[in-house]
Parts: sequence; C-alpha cells; structure tokens
Amino acid sequence: MAKSPSRPAAKPAPAKKAATKSAPPALPNRERPDQPEPFDASKDELLQFYRDMLLIRRFEEKAGQLYGLGLIGGFCHLYIGQEAVAIGLQSALDGDKDSVITGYRDHGHMLAYGIDPKLIMAELTGRQAGISKGKGGSMHMFSVEHKFYGGHGIVGAQVSLGTGLGFAHKYRKDGGVCMAYFGDGAANQGQVYESFNMAELWKLPIIFVIENNQYAMGTSVNRSSAEDQLYRRGESFRIPGLQVDGMDVLAVRGAAEEALKWVRAGKGPILLELKTYRYRGHSMSDPAKYRSRDEVQAVRDKSDPIEHVKKLLEKQGVKEEAMKDIDKEIRKIVSDAADFAENSPEPEAAELYTDVLVETY
Amino acid sequence: MAIELKMPALSPTMEEGTLAKWLVKEGDEVKSGDILAEIETDKATMEFEAVDEGTIAKILVAEGTDAVKVGTVIAMIAGEDEDASTVEAPKAAPAAPAPAAAAPVDVPGEGKDVGRAESEAEITKHDAPPAKPRPSDPAIPDGTKMVTTTVREALRDAMAEEMRGDDRVFVMGEEVAEYQGAYKVTQGLLEEFGPARVIDTPITEYGFAGLGTGAAMGGLRPIVEFMTFNFAMQAIDHIINSAAKTNYMSGGQMRCPIVFRGPNGAASRVGAQHSQNYGPWYASVPGLIVIAPYDAADAKGLLKAAIRSEDPVVFLENELMYGKSFDIPDLDDHVLPIGKARIVREGADVTLVSYSIGVGVALEAAEMLAGEGIDAEVIDLRTLRPLDTVTVLESLKKTNRVVVVEEGWPTCSIASEISAVCMEQGFDWLDAPVLRVTNEDVPLPYAANLEKLALVDAARVVAAARKVSYR
Repeated sequence: MAKSPSRPAAKPAPAKKAATKSAPPALPNRERPDQPEPFDASKDELLQFYRDMLLIRRFEEKAGQLYGLGLIGGFCHLYIGQEAVAIGLQSALDGDKDSVITGYRDHGHMLAYGIDPKLIMAELTGRQAGISKGKGGSMHMFSVEHKFYGGHGIVGAQVSLGTGLGFAHKYRKDGGVCMAYFGDGAANQGQVYESFNMAELWKLPIIFVIENNQYAMGTSVNRSSAEDQLYRRGESFRIPGLQVDGMDVLAVRGAAEEALKWVRAGKGPILLELKTYRYRGHSMSDPAKYRSRDEVQAVRDKSDPIEHVKKLLEKQGVKEEAMKDIDKEIRKIVSDAADFAENSPEPEAAELYTDVLVETY
Repeated sequence: MAIELKMPALSPTMEEGTLAKWLVKEGDEVKSGDILAEIETDKATMEFEAVDEGTIAKILVAEGTDAVKVGTVIAMIAGEDEDASTVEAPKAAPAAPAPAAAAPVDVPGEGKDVGRAESEAEITKHDAPPAKPRPSDPAIPDGTKMVTTTVREALRDAMAEEMRGDDRVFVMGEEVAEYQGAYKVTQGLLEEFGPARVIDTPITEYGFAGLGTGAAMGGLRPIVEFMTFNFAMQAIDHIINSAAKTNYMSGGQMRCPIVFRGPNGAASRVGAQHSQNYGPWYASVPGLIVIAPYDAADAKGLLKAAIRSEDPVVFLENELMYGKSFDIPDLDDHVLPIGKARIVREGADVTLVSYSIGVGVALEAAEMLAGEGIDAEVIDLRTLRPLDTVTVLESLKKTNRVVVVEEGWPTCSIASEISAVCMEQGFDWLDAPVLRVTNEDVPLPYAANLEKLALVDAARVVAAARKVSYR
C-alpha cells in the first residue's frame, strides 16, 4: 500500500542526515557558562555553612514566636527552608565590593551578610535600636555599610534597583557585582524583563537570582507561569540561565562560583534559578491551605538543607555533641537578640519627623 | 526551666482565636518545626509550630475552646533535663489594670470654638522641626553681565556644569544622547561627556527609573530624563516607593540623590494622554523635592541645586517654555535655593500665586489689571515641595487677597493647597475668599477651540482678581 519513497532507496543515506536524527541538541551558537560543580567544602567550611544556616533557622523561628506574642507586627515573611540559598550564594561574594538586594523576605540575606541579629530583631519589634530605627520594619531594612541595599516591599522593584547597583559598579569600575534576589512570583513582573534587557545590553555585572520556592503567596508556579522553567526566562535577552538545587548548599555555592566567574569576566548578567521551598506560609498570616501538610513534611524529611549538611558533617567525623554545642551557641545568640529587641525602647516621638529628607530647605 | 507556650497572634489584627485541635498530647517529645496545634482565627485555620525542643508537660487549654486571648498560656513544655511530670501550670497573672486615661467628654452642642484666641496656635500647629533661617537668592554682584538664554539652553548648561564638576553625575533617558534629546535639551552633552555618561535607554520607563534609582542608592548622581512626565506614570512606583521613601525607611542611612526631569503639563494639541500637570501628584509625597521653574535663570539655578541635593528631586519643565528666552546672570556658578518662592512683580492690591508656565499667565493678567488700576503682586512658587508658604502669607498680609493661577486641574491641586494654607494660617488677613483659576476639570481635548477653552488664561485671572477686589 505505502508508496516507496521517491528518492532511490539503494543509495545509503548520507552520513550527516543519519547523524542528525540521533545527535544531541545543536550546540548553542554563543558561549554559555559551564555546568557548575558542587562546591568542595573543607570540614571548616561545612561547619561554617551549618552554623550560618542554623542561625537563620533559629532566628526565623524566634521571629515567628515573637510575632505570635504580638511583639512583631504587620507583615513578616520567614525564610525557613530556604537557608541554603542565601548562605550558598553570599558565602561566595566579596563583602568589600559586591552588593546584595532582595525583596521583602529579607532576614536571611541580612544574616548571611553578617549583619548583627540584634539590630535586625530590634527592627522587627519596631525599636529605636533597630537597623532602620524602627521605621522600616521586616520588609524595609538596609545596611549600606554591609552593601546590603534592602529589603524592598514592592514585588519586583529590587530587580530594577539591583540593575542600577550593577550599573553603578560598572560606572565606577570598582570590580563589584550585584546579586539581585527575587521570587518565582516576581519573575512575572514586567520590570524584571525591562531590567534584563538593559543589563545584557550594557553588560552589567549582576547575578539575577530567582528563589523559586514554588508558591507566589498561594499561587503555584504552574498556575502562574507559561514558562515554568524559570532559568530560561533570560534566554530572549541572551542571558544564560542555570537551574540549581537550592536545598543543597554545596550545589548553590558551586553555582555561585560559576556565575561570578561569568560576570567578573565581563560577560554580562547571568540568571540562576534556585529550586527551594518555604516551610511556613507566605507571611505569618498565611495559613498555607494551598498545599498539603504531607507535601511540606516530605520536603522537611527528605530535603532539609540543614539536615543535609549535618549528615555530611557526621560523615566527616564531627560528633553529635559538637553540633549540639553549635546549636546551643546559636540559640544563645538568637535569644540574646530577642531579649535585646524586646527590651530596647521604642523610637522617640521626635523620630517621626527625622529622615524624611536628608537636607533642610 | 519549663517553657510556657502562649496563644499566638497569627495575623496583624488577631486578638483571640479558637484552639481547634491539639496535634500533640502530654508526654510527647517535640522539636522545633513540629506542628503542635491548629488555631482558628476569624479568617483562617493556622498551624502552630514548636520553636523549642522538649516534652509536652501540660496542656492547659483543651481543644475546642473558643475565644482564647492572645498571650494566654496554653501549654507547658519541659526542657531537656527536666522531669515533665513536675511541671506546674503558671500562676494566674494579675489582671492588667484597666486603661486609666479618661477620654475627653464630648458634650453635644458644645463644639469647641476653633476660631480664635489662645487655642489658635494649637489648631494650626505643625509639629514639624523648628524653622531654620530662610534662604534667599544669592545677590548678583553689580556689573554682572546678563546673557539672553532659552530655557532649553539653561537646562543643558546646568547639567553640563554639574557634570564637569562631579564625575558621579550622568544623564540617562530616551533619545538623550545620539538624537540630542527629543526636545534637544541634552544637545551637545554626548559630545562633551561621551556615551558612558550620556546614555540612551530603550523605551522602558519603569525599568530605567528603577535602574537610575538603584544607581543613586549605589552612590551615583543620576539625572533621569523622561521624554515627558506623562510617560513617567509607568515609573511612578520607583519615584515614590523606591526613591522617596528609602531614606526614611532606612532610618537615614540609605540616600537616593537622583533628579527625575522632563517636560510636564499641556503642550500644544497633543490630546489628553500627553497633556497633564503632575505637580500636585508629586508634591503630595513626603520624601520628594518638587521643582517647577518658570524662566531660564530659575531653570538653571534650580536644576544645579537639584543635582547637588542629597534628596530625590522631581524637576518639572514645560515644553512650551523651552524656546522662550530670558536674561541669565553670567556667573560661574548660578545656584538658587530650593524651597524659596520669588516675587516676580511687586504689587499692593492682590496677590497672584503661580508656578511654571502659569507665571506667564499671571504676569500677563497683572499687566491687564494695571490698566484697570489694580496693582497685582505675582509670586512664582518655583518649588512645590517644600512649599514656601511664608512668602505667600507675607504677601497676603500686604494685599489681603489671593488668586492662585495653575495650568492644571482644580481638584486636589497646588491651588487647593495654597487656599488651605491661606485659610488655616492667614484667615485674619483675608478680605475675600481665595480663588483658584485653573484648567477646566476635563481631560484635555484635541480640537483647537476646545483646548483653548480648557486651559487657564489671563482673562480668567483678571476676572478672578476683580472679583476678590470687589470690582
């Protein structure tokens, strides 16, 4: 029944054509970053990761508790579950010249950049000693000294602002790189793409970091994103993207090294998608009914970033006791921060009028 | 020591809730992250997680209990080295004393007299920091040469001079470099300063306003040009939420010295979407400086001040003024104080307050009024935020009559604000109500005759001045 193909069957198919059928996808026509290798951490480095991630975990648990006691008000977005992202990435940065900017879920990034937990907690409780004198709150904290530029409450704004920080690094030729974090929700904001365009056009030194914790408040990535592989979102701007296991601090750190290599070589921006998960609701007042308790528990049991490092440390011969000591030490730092935050005075009434403008006119 | 578990607040407004269900029982070991209970608020059911490790020693509030006040101890956890069986419930805390402050009694029909006497200071009090000495325009030395310059050239010269003096200053916007500016305001800058400091952007207002704001946070001094302020609507989030508020939200540690500039207000026959005065919009935002000059000397002196300011500035120009020529003092460094109005024409009978292109309308009206024997004083506000109310009130004391002239809509306008200030702080000097002479309260039409009808003009100002003069 079937007609024989018109081309002579006797001739062997050209080798080239046969090859195309089973060959791997064509190589991209432009340079791409290498696939990152997991970071080869020494025991001391692993211990530092453990300590740093644990500080974020315990700090956030305490913040949740203080919220429950009414000592923290308003919106409060916790970072529990995502610790490996901030620690893995920021441990690779040069704190003397590289800048960091993020959205409203910012406590973890501040702790990762070495900012005093007391000043952060006191800001959460709205006290004079807080890092913004109590006038910013959970979502609006900054430390110019640490090159941490916020702490921004408008979803996606930090991407354009971070592109400006990258612009400033390049303009001043200071060798710095900006790391701009945003979430899977912000990845659908228009200004993100306006920024991608300019960042690549002008080869700005910036690492765009999508912390994909799978839910934009209650909307899952699949329900909001036509292209749900978010690391591809830079492709039409020629920004290469890498997808990274955001629950594995070594994978994250490895990706950070690769990204920094790319950006510091003057090749322009790069996009990292960190697949991660938040254990708590979007904010303290989110009951998180859009996902099952089993889903959360499964991630906690199988992929917890801190438990992961703990196991690696055990393999390296670090004793349970030593890790308990670290935990105690961290709990002390956090409870001191909480005491400080609770006992510091509220801002003076006169603070109401300060810092509106820098100069007087 | 045993740990008290208290009924948590799970939203910014929660005061009490229902303890719906315990997921642990006495004797259970818990570690941080374990879910202890479900709590119902008026909005949702929330899970309550453990923060501490230990053994549940006592459950003090049974599941199903309604209206449990936030802060009530609902369970006790025994610590690691503690015998759970010996943990006691906490003794009831003494009830908090009832708030003692007695609210002032409001007797119906006995409204407080807000008119006069000792309470007046209290009523009009502004809790702002004490006033500092008022700045004034620097004296122009005798014999200074005056040079005729267009507003367009004055703005360009201001930018060029500041760019020569400070490497951190750069200009970015659509068509600012190779095209030499959509309205030729940046003419010649690319040639002098090169493409690293005079930067053509894609058509992406939200993006480059944010980028500029970020660059200012990062220590540069951006001048962001909007082709017109109508397009800055796409960027208003960064102007207000990012630029204006950051210094305050950061407790004064993160500054944002940026200038957003471009033409504002009605041009000529460009229709509703391209003809709008944003002065009142930006002037309502604490944290911003808003400047709207009229002539070339003010345009230059104030733009230089704006670029030097540590604060974010919205600098509103006017397309119809770009080609107009004025005398500018030929000085090396002509800088004017921000926040200071200027008396453009002195007069005794009525005060005409205006800004930007409206000043020309007011001056024209003043000429017409002079022919009728009404001696009008004309004040150019120059800065819309902070507003120089002192100059306006001093003039009011002299003339006892105020007409505000504004090329913009009447509702919630600068004119509305000036009227409120005159009423609150100058009530005793007013011999007539303050009148607002503005554009009509409609989107600007295209048809030539309708456009003319919609825009403020001198004849309307004259009519208003006559009315407040009872003539």
